[in-house]
Amino acid sequence: MLFQISLYLALAVCAGGLALKMANWFQYRLDFEQAHAPARRTTAFVKGCLATMFSKRLLTMVKVVVLDVLLQVRIYRISRVRWIMHLSVMYGFLALLLLHALEGYISDHLFADYYSTRGPFLLIRNLAFSMVMLGVSLAVFRRSVKSVPRLMTSRADQFMLITLAIVMLSGMLLEGSKILSFSSYQEMVADYAALDDPEDETALASYWAANFGIVHPDLKAPFDAAALTAGAELHDSYCAACHSRPQWAFASYGFSRLMKPIARILDQAAVPTILWHVHYLACFFGLAMLPFSKFLHIFSTPLSLMANAVMDDEISDRANIETRQIMEADACTHCGACTQHCAVGIIYEVTANASILPSEKIALTRLLTSGQHMNEAQIRALQSGLYLCTNCHRCTDVCPAGINLQQLWFKTREYIFRKGFPDTALLSPLSYYRGLMARHISKNAYERPLECVKKQIASTFAHSGQSHDPNPKQMDAGLRSALKSSARSANFSACFTCSTCTSVCPVVKSFADPQAALDLMPHQIMHAAAIGLRDMVFGSRMLWTCLDCYQCQEACPQGVHIADLFCELRVLARNFLNQPPMAA
Amino acid sequence: MPFAIFRCCPTSQFLRYYETSTNAVLSKLDVSIIDVEAFNCCGYPLKSTDKLAYLLASVRNLAVASRKGLDVVTLCNCCFQSLKLANSIMMRDASMRDRISRMLQKEGLVYTEDIRIRHLFEVLLEDIGIDAIKNRLVTTYEDLKIATHYGCHLLRPSPMMQFDDPVAPRRFDDLVELTGAQSISWKSKLDCCGAPAWGVHDALSIRLTRQKINDAKAGGADFLCVACVYCQLQFDRVQQRHMAISPNGASLAPVLYTQLLGLAMGIEPGELGLDQQCMDASGLTAFVKESV
Repeated sequence: MLFQISLYLALAVCAGGLALKMANWFQYRLDFEQAHAPARRTTAFVKGCLATMFSKRLLTMVKVVVLDVLLQVRIYRISRVRWIMHLSVMYGFLALLLLHALEGYISDHLFADYYSTRGPFLLIRNLAFSMVMLGVSLAVFRRSVKSVPRLMTSRADQFMLITLAIVMLSGMLLEGSKILSFSSYQEMVADYAALDDPEDETALASYWAANFGIVHPDLKAPFDAAALTAGAELHDSYCAACHSRPQWAFASYGFSRLMKPIARILDQAAVPTILWHVHYLACFFGLAMLPFSKFLHIFSTPLSLMANAVMDDEISDRANIETRQIMEADACTHCGACTQHCAVGIIYEVTANASILPSEKIALTRLLTSGQHMNEAQIRALQSGLYLCTNCHRCTDVCPAGINLQQLWFKTREYIFRKGFPDTALLSPLSYYRGLMARHISKNAYERPLECVKKQIASTFAHSGQSHDPNPKQMDAGLRSALKSSARSANFSACFTCSTCTSVCPVVKSFADPQAALDLMPHQIMHAAAIGLRDMVFGSRMLWTCLDCYQCQEACPQGVHIADLFCELRVLARNFLNQPPMAA
Repeated sequence: MPFAIFRCCPTSQFLRYYETSTNAVLSKLDVSIIDVEAFNCCGYPLKSTDKLAYLLASVRNLAVASRKGLDVVTLCNCCFQSLKLANSIMMRDASMRDRISRMLQKEGLVYTEDIRIRHLFEVLLEDIGIDAIKNRLVTTYEDLKIATHYGCHLLRPSPMMQFDDPVAPRRFDDLVELTGAQSISWKSKLDCCGAPAWGVHDALSIRLTRQKINDAKAGGADFLCVACVYCQLQFDRVQQRHMAISPNGASLAPVLYTQLLGLAMGIEPGELGLDQQCMDASGLTAFVKESV
């Protein structure tokens, strides 16, 4: 009864959850340019599917299913151990699901004389169990014992591994305890053997206690030889056809040997029944949680692999790209391959912003698109992590789920810009990629965040602004000491403002009225920095327009590291800008 | 002794042909290279964003190469300069060095000063030599005028880069001319390509790039030749996709040095990716001397 109720409940929750997830794929937004209504997204999806079905791309999909879904070549390329880990879990679990959990639908029909208690089936079940446990153990080892730099383990990862382990171990302990259990033996005898004679009962029980590992309340070795012979005959006529020796079940038989000393207590406490409840309830719990946990990747990851194999972001329908990208966030298995290959992952060590790491960024992206509340600090941290990306494409190249991560980062960055969160890193070479992608962004959306940051800088450091009458109170001794203490700017005080730097600067040269366009000339920045006019320096457009071309530094008669110093100044200005505002 | 080849971040998406042409040329010259998976960003884009992040990222590469006992060979001027600068800061600033070393230690990496950071050109000039390269050519160019674009970070700051005379450099020109091409003299030869401003101050970026193209054209160039990922992207992708055709119709395709050299070594244009650029450079084949 409990079994039936919990099964149907789990199925209902699972189906409802899956429907909800899929509805979200067509509903959540990521496109920063166009709004696509869910209905439009759904029709685009159906059209796209049909178009793929009747084209050569169908073959591409078949290839992906074979290579990346069934053989998991992508994981193999990253690591053989992880490939073994994942294949073990996947195929072990699949075997148990099909042949054991669904035995009434599959095994019964597939095998002429199927009994779960026959040797080959005991063996298959125990092999499958061992495979899953091998995989789970390797995963736990990788995530806890082996120190992989910047590999994060989330609660979702723990949940999945723990659920799997509970399902597997409860199953094996159940089988092991049943091997020992005299009550289970009695039930089988009642069901399958017509024993009326108490002598026959003793004979068969002796035989099973001697050969099948059951622990009898009274009978103990050495057994009566005559009883064993009689028992063997009874066994042959009633049991042998559908029950093999439990040693076939090598794993659970092993567990039964461990539990043997307390076999009677276990039996009297009805432990096999308890374990049975634990086992199926754990299974149903996992089933119910499938849409809301990492188990969802069983469906979403193959979808991501297939969709990415046949879609081309240059020509595919934007509505479909949006749907795919929302779905991709659910296809991530948090395996950490992207983070391990990330070209800037290392800087997590100094920024402590987890959204630098692609594997963490994608979860936050999911949170963002789901419309759940994120406060400003969270969004800014995510945007900062998204922008500190060199777009090297490595995360996308290695992702075993085939997620086009780089495209996802691009879209999410622009999506956040649209919401109005410019990042000061916009004024750095990190923007080169954004410039290359400019044709995918409308002119207004492209320019707005840049203008915002430029304005933010101008207004933050506005006190001195363009005025050349600085207030001495603004002089900041901290600036001088900061410059002095950095190896790349330490020799700034050798400058005697000869303005050679200004005369060779290509930025200065390219404006008709450089003073109006740039606020300060390079030599003026040098001078202002030397006397600690922090706001004047940090707010000058020259500082933020510097090309880092080193013409000034090369030409400086005093050998001042001018270009390096400008870098240092921008870093200091950014630190200042990124500080939380001081309480008034 | 193989080199640890340092590919620049944008190459895998935008400049595959820099990878294939380099591999092809170096294999013809019997230079063995190793792609080190553990390398990360050289730090260049972080230089003025977050100093500690820049140094950590940059120096980590040096520690990785040092563990393998390999010299680092860069294909991009910005990587070249960024790694050298980080190395020099590590040598000058003991407290910073301690700080970075402690962070690297977590991964079992150790920074050592002895690592050599080299540009591909240094390998070509110093380890192989002009004459040896010439011996490997199967053909030369005829009537080909090249505007050699050094790129800022190959030369400057010269005390640190030590590549060539920062005012009157010759070494890149020598490499160009060994192929039979003529390296022309042109006005803004040593100036910035405009890439650092792209995405930030686009109008300025285009102004600088336009100036260079006009000057190279005025000097009679058939192609620009570059040795840096960002310069190539700027002259190629940005010129073709983002710059309006100038009033006098001046446009000029860039080629990477590995492409220029590769073609003269008899490597297939397809492998060099002359047709994969945004600015079509397949016209380069027309300058190859007819074999007798």
